[in-house]
Amino acid sequence: MLRMEEVSKSYQHRGQVVKALDGATIDIPSGDFVSVVGPSGSGKSTLLLMLGGMLSPSAGRVLLEDQSIYDLSSDRRARLRKENIGFVFQTFNLVPYLTALENVQVPLFLAGVDDKSQDEKATALLERVGLGDRLDHKPTELSVGQQQRVALARMLANDPAVILADEPTGNLDPETADQVIGFFEEFNEEGRTIVMVTHDPKAAERAKRTLKLGDGKILSEGNGQERSLHVA
Amino acid sequence: MKLRTLVRRELFERKSQMLTCFLAILLGITTVVAIKNVTHYSEKAVAREMDSPGANVLVLPKSVTLQDYYSADMHDEVIPEEYVMRLTMSDIEGVDNLSPKLHVPVDVGGRNFALTGILPKSEFQAKAAWAGAGIFSRPIGCGAIDVGAEPEPEDKKTLVRKRVIKDLGSNEILIGSDVAALQGIAEGDSLTLLGEPFSVIAVLPETGTVDDSRIFGHLHTVQRLSGKGEVVNCIEIVGCCKEIAAGLVDGVNKLLPDAKVVTVKQVVATQQNVNHMMGRLSLIFLAIIVVVGGAGIANYMYSNVFERRREIGTLMALGAESGLVLRLFLFKALLVGLVGGIGGFAIGTTLAVTLGPRLAGVPVLPMPVLALWAVGISVGITLVASYFPARRAARLDPVATFQEV
Repeated sequence: MLRMEEVSKSYQHRGQVVKALDGATIDIPSGDFVSVVGPSGSGKSTLLLMLGGMLSPSAGRVLLEDQSIYDLSSDRRARLRKENIGFVFQTFNLVPYLTALENVQVPLFLAGVDDKSQDEKATALLERVGLGDRLDHKPTELSVGQQQRVALARMLANDPAVILADEPTGNLDPETADQVIGFFEEFNEEGRTIVMVTHDPKAAERAKRTLKLGDGKILSEGNGQERSLHVA
Repeated sequence: MKLRTLVRRELFERKSQMLTCFLAILLGITTVVAIKNVTHYSEKAVAREMDSPGANVLVLPKSVTLQDYYSADMHDEVIPEEYVMRLTMSDIEGVDNLSPKLHVPVDVGGRNFALTGILPKSEFQAKAAWAGAGIFSRPIGCGAIDVGAEPEPEDKKTLVRKRVIKDLGSNEILIGSDVAALQGIAEGDSLTLLGEPFSVIAVLPETGTVDDSRIFGHLHTVQRLSGKGEVVNCIEIVGCCKEIAAGLVDGVNKLLPDAKVVTVKQVVATQQNVNHMMGRLSLIFLAIIVVVGGAGIANYMYSNVFERRREIGTLMALGAESGLVLRLFLFKALLVGLVGGIGGFAIGTTLAVTLGPRLAGVPVLPMPVLALWAVGISVGITLVASYFPARRAARLDPVATFQEV
């Protein structure tokens, strides 16, 4: 489903070339649940952004359903995200001046869904994550756990086949983090492919497999040896 | 959820930031609309003064300076009424009519009004016919008075337009529209002025000038009641046409060396200068709105884009295309421009209608066409000023949504 072929990404930082990702090759089949772990600056978020079509590689190709996504224009990539990919952010990234219901309606509005269907679907999704009684609350009126659940509902709005999550439990207490990972397992059981960047070993354990990154390279799970993974 | 919901919510969420540049646009449009509105009516009044009384000339006491043609007699200096006869019997060409005036303040129902003595045309005609000479005896080819019988009866209300009345009895008066409205006086009523009863023979139509607050009576009656003797405050000479009137001033100056002779052009020149200045002022204000309002909006939009880059990035991550982000900011600019334009038109028009008469001395009415102008300018400024910030937003890198890269 998702594939990276010898992908590298370099940045210029104060005159120095920094390699965020170095020749990464990954194959993620449909229905997989992969956690990506590694120290800060190891290239985890870079990898996630590239899979989401939001950061073009310096070298190599990224494919979604055999389509090289960086051969598409930025607007085509936006459309591809709208139709196939759901993002979950560590800081939730809810629109602060919109209510929970309106935040969940945003992807539906972007997809051109009519007002009535937006209302019905957003309400159903918020009920699914246990926030049926918080529809009209703004993000500041919700706890962090509730905000992340709104973000999960928003992510599900367009029924994405791929979920890309950047530290989804990073700002949550253990109990809420456990609840959120529970939701991810549920989404995975529905057949969605999940790639989750995390620092949390407990969260990483709940994925079907774990990729370990170090210095922009993909390492084998746990043994620290450098190698490219080809998982099909 | 719609684009306008998103824009409206964001506007109200951060309204304090937008308020300064919105006020710049609103006040700018308000000022320009008010100036344009007042100037328009002031120019119309000047045009009316220039055209409607023809090539008019005023004969005044030497020491008098004039600001307003219509209040030429409202001062305490006087000249002898005998000047009227001198003019009547002279051979100056181009005089169509004469209107000597004497102004006396009177109290009617606790309010002060101007009782203005005027001399009806019939008296000049009689004198000119009796003398068999003078300005009214010779046809001069451009409206010289026919000394013979008038073919049609005169409507007293033509005083407003022609500045001269044919007949007026010694105890008859004509009253201005404001006096009639304020005192509830109608044609046929009686009124006591300076202890003498008068009958109201006509209520004059509204002119928008000081004439609306006047009561016109026979000159000789007003002279008697005021005790000032056979004097007048001014003599208005109605020229027959502009061409002949060009030499009229020289003729009157030679005939009446102790009086001051002023043309209506000289009187309205001041107002014309004010109008030209207002016109230039409105252009300056327009330039200020474009620069200050435009720069304010652009600055606000740039900082708004910077502040919202995470939110924009999130929308892009969720699938928003660049066109939608562009529309998001331009629609906001459109809203600000629309409200600024409509608000500026409403406030500017209200100011013009309420303050215009006091500042420019002319009645000012709303000008709906200025609404289109105000909205067009306002929306134009906000859209142009917001285009580049909006384009920057549309080209933002969605990577900004992530804290760690």
